[in-house]
Amino acid sequence: MDVLRRNNVTVTGTADGPTVVLAHGFGCDQNMWRLVVPALAERYRVVLFDYVGSGRSDSSAWSEERYSSLEGYARDVVEICHALDLERAVFVGHSVSSVVGVLAVREAPERIGALVMVTPSPRYVDDEDYRGGFTSEDIDELLSSLESNYLGWSSAMAPVIMGNPERPELGQELTNSFCATDPDIARVFARTTFLSDNRADLKDVRIPTLILESAQDLIAPREVGAFVHAAIPSSRLVTLEATGHCPQLSAPEATAAAVLDFLESLRDTG
Amino acid sequence: MNRGTEPSGAGDGDGTNAAFTALLEDSAEELYESAPCGYLSTLMDGTVARINATLLGWLGLERDAVVGRMRFPDLLTMGGKLYHETHFAPLLRMQGELRGIALEMRTSNGGRLPVLVSSVVKHDSGGEPQLVRTTVFDATDRRAYEEELLRRRGEAEQARAEAERARRQADADRARLANVFDVLQKALLPDTLPEVPGMEAAAYYHTASHHQLGGDFYDLFPIDDARWAFFLGDVSGKGPEAATLTSQVRYGLRTAALHSPEPADALTTLNTVLLERHTTDGDTRYCTAVFGVLEPDGDRARVRLASGGHPPALVLRSGGRADLLHTPGGMLVGVLPDAHFATVETALAPGDTLVLYTDGLTEARTGPGPDTMYGEEALHSFAAEHAPSTPHDMVDALAELLRGFGDGLDDDTALLAIGAPAASPPRHRPGADTPR
Repeated sequence: MDVLRRNNVTVTGTADGPTVVLAHGFGCDQNMWRLVVPALAERYRVVLFDYVGSGRSDSSAWSEERYSSLEGYARDVVEICHALDLERAVFVGHSVSSVVGVLAVREAPERIGALVMVTPSPRYVDDEDYRGGFTSEDIDELLSSLESNYLGWSSAMAPVIMGNPERPELGQELTNSFCATDPDIARVFARTTFLSDNRADLKDVRIPTLILESAQDLIAPREVGAFVHAAIPSSRLVTLEATGHCPQLSAPEATAAAVLDFLESLRDTG
Repeated sequence: MNRGTEPSGAGDGDGTNAAFTALLEDSAEELYESAPCGYLSTLMDGTVARINATLLGWLGLERDAVVGRMRFPDLLTMGGKLYHETHFAPLLRMQGELRGIALEMRTSNGGRLPVLVSSVVKHDSGGEPQLVRTTVFDATDRRAYEEELLRRRGEAEQARAEAERARRQADADRARLANVFDVLQKALLPDTLPEVPGMEAAAYYHTASHHQLGGDFYDLFPIDDARWAFFLGDVSGKGPEAATLTSQVRYGLRTAALHSPEPADALTTLNTVLLERHTTDGDTRYCTAVFGVLEPDGDRARVRLASGGHPPALVLRSGGRADLLHTPGGMLVGVLPDAHFATVETALAPGDTLVLYTDGLTEARTGPGPDTMYGEEALHSFAAEHAPSTPHDMVDALAELLRGFGDGLDDDTALLAIGAPAASPPRHRPGADTPR
C-alpha cells in the first residue's frame, strides 16, 4: 500500500525547512488550508493530505471498522509520518484533527514534536457539567443534512475524482468537490467526530501546543477552548479575531501569523 | 387560420402596453421584499445586513430582531449550524458560490422550515469578499418527497440485506445437506469392489442431484471360496425413505445370498421382506433388481442371473458382438406375494464383459419432448460399437455417455461391469469410443 498515494499526500514549501503537517477536519479536504499554505511555505516544508475517505484519497482503502474510531484516523497520520520519515514535525490539526493529532503523538511520539490545535473540541456533546455545545439529537440532525446534500458527490463521479490524483484538474472542475464525500463514509466520519469523547486524552500531551480558537465559533465555543487549554499544561491559547469554525478560511492572515509565531518560538528554543 | 383571436390593431395595443407598464411599476424594492423566495444579504462574518419580508414572514421574525443582530447560522437548526460550519461556509469561501444546499431553518414558534439555499459572494472592486447574497426557497414538499425516497431506499436496502442473509443461510444449509447426502449415499454403496480372482470388475454411480438421495444400489461380494454374488437395482422413489429401503435391500440381499446358491431365491426373500414392510410400516415401495452368482473357472466364469422387473443386462462378447440378456417374466420385487423371478445363465469367456445398469441410463432424455428417451435399443447399439471391451473401459465409456446427457439425465444411475480379461487386450476399432 502506497500511503502517500492512498492519502493524496502533497509536499510543498521549503524542502530543507522544518516540516509542518496540515490535517483537515470533518467536512472537506486539504484545500481547507490553501489560504495559509503560501505564508507557511516560505520557511517551512508543508505536508498536506486527505484522510482516507475524504477528498481525493483512495476510498477503496476505507473500512467502517478502522474509521469508526479516531484512532483509525491517527493511524493515517502515523503512517504518513513513517512514509515521509518525519521526526519532530509540527502537526497542525483543524477541528477533530487536533484531537487526532493528540492520539498520533501518543502513538508515535518521536514523529511529532509540537501540536497546533485549530478550533479543537475534545467532546461536542454536553455531559453533566461539561458544555460541548450539542446534544446527540443535534448530531442526528447533522447526519440528516449529510443525507440531504451530496455536494457534487455521485457514485458515478467518485472514481474519476479518487482515481486520478495525478490529474487534479478532473476534480477541480467539479463543483463542491472539496467537500464531496461518499455519504456512507461521511456519516461514519460525522458520528466518529461528534460522538467521540477525548477529554481524558488531553492530559497526556507534554509537547509544546498552540490552541487557536475563533472569537465566535458555534462548533468549538470559547469555553471549550479554555477547557482544552486548562487540560494541557504545555499549551498556549490564542483567540483569533475570526468568526466561524474555520479561521484558516475566514481569517487566513491572522491564522497564518499565529501559527508562524508559534513555529518561530519553537525554532528559538530548540 | 383564425385571425380573430390574434391580438392586433392599434387600440388593443395601447391597452396591452398600459397593463405592461403598470406591471413594470412593481418596483425593484417591492419585488425584493415580496418575492416568492427569501432574500438575505450577510457580511462576511455572517451578520445579517438585509433580509426580505418573505423570509421574515416564513421565520416569524421581526426585521429589527434580525438585521445587525443575528448571523446566518443563527437562523438554522443545530444540525443545520453544524452542516453550515463544516461544509457550507468553507465551500462558499473556497468557491465563491454555492447552489441548492438543503438546510433547515428555525421558525420563531419552534418549528422547522426545510429550505434550499443558494449563495454568492460579492467582491468589492479590489477583489476582496464583501458580502454574501443568499436566496432561500421553501423546500417543505421537496424535502418530504426526498425523505420518502430515502425511507424507501432504506427499506429496499434492508430488504436486500435480509434477502442476502437468507440466501447465504440457504446456501450454507444446502451445502451441509448435500454433504450429508453424499455421506449417506456412499454408505449405501461399497467403498471399493473386492478383487475377484481371474476376473475384472468396475462400477460407477452417477448422482443426479446433491440435494436428493437416489435409490440405486449395487454390490459385489464373495459367498464362499468358489462363488461370488453381485446385484444391482433401483428402489422406487427418492429421498430419505428410498435411502433407508435401499440400505435394507442391500443387507437383505447380502444375507439371502448366504442362505441359498440360487439367484432367484435371494429376490424371493427380498420380495417377502418388502411385502412385510407394507403391513408394518405402510411403506409400499418396491424395487427392481438383478441378482447374479458368479463362478470363476480359470480364465472364464459361469454367470447365473435372476431379474425382478429390471432392464436386461448386456454382454459384450470378445468377438465384437453385444447381447441383451433378457429375463422374461421377472416381476417387480415387493409388489405381489407370489412373485416369479426369471433366471438366465451365460458364460463369460476371456474378453467377455457383463454390464448391469439402472434405468437412469435408458430413460435419460435426449431431446426436448417427453418421449425422447435414450432407450434400450440405442444402448444396445452403443454396446455393440464398443465391443469387445473391458469392464473399466466400458464403465468409462458409459460414464462419458451419461455426462453427455447433461440436464437430460435427471435420475441416479448405477453401473456395474464384470468381465473375464482377454488373453491379450481387446482390439479397439477406430471411432468406437465416440457415442452416437
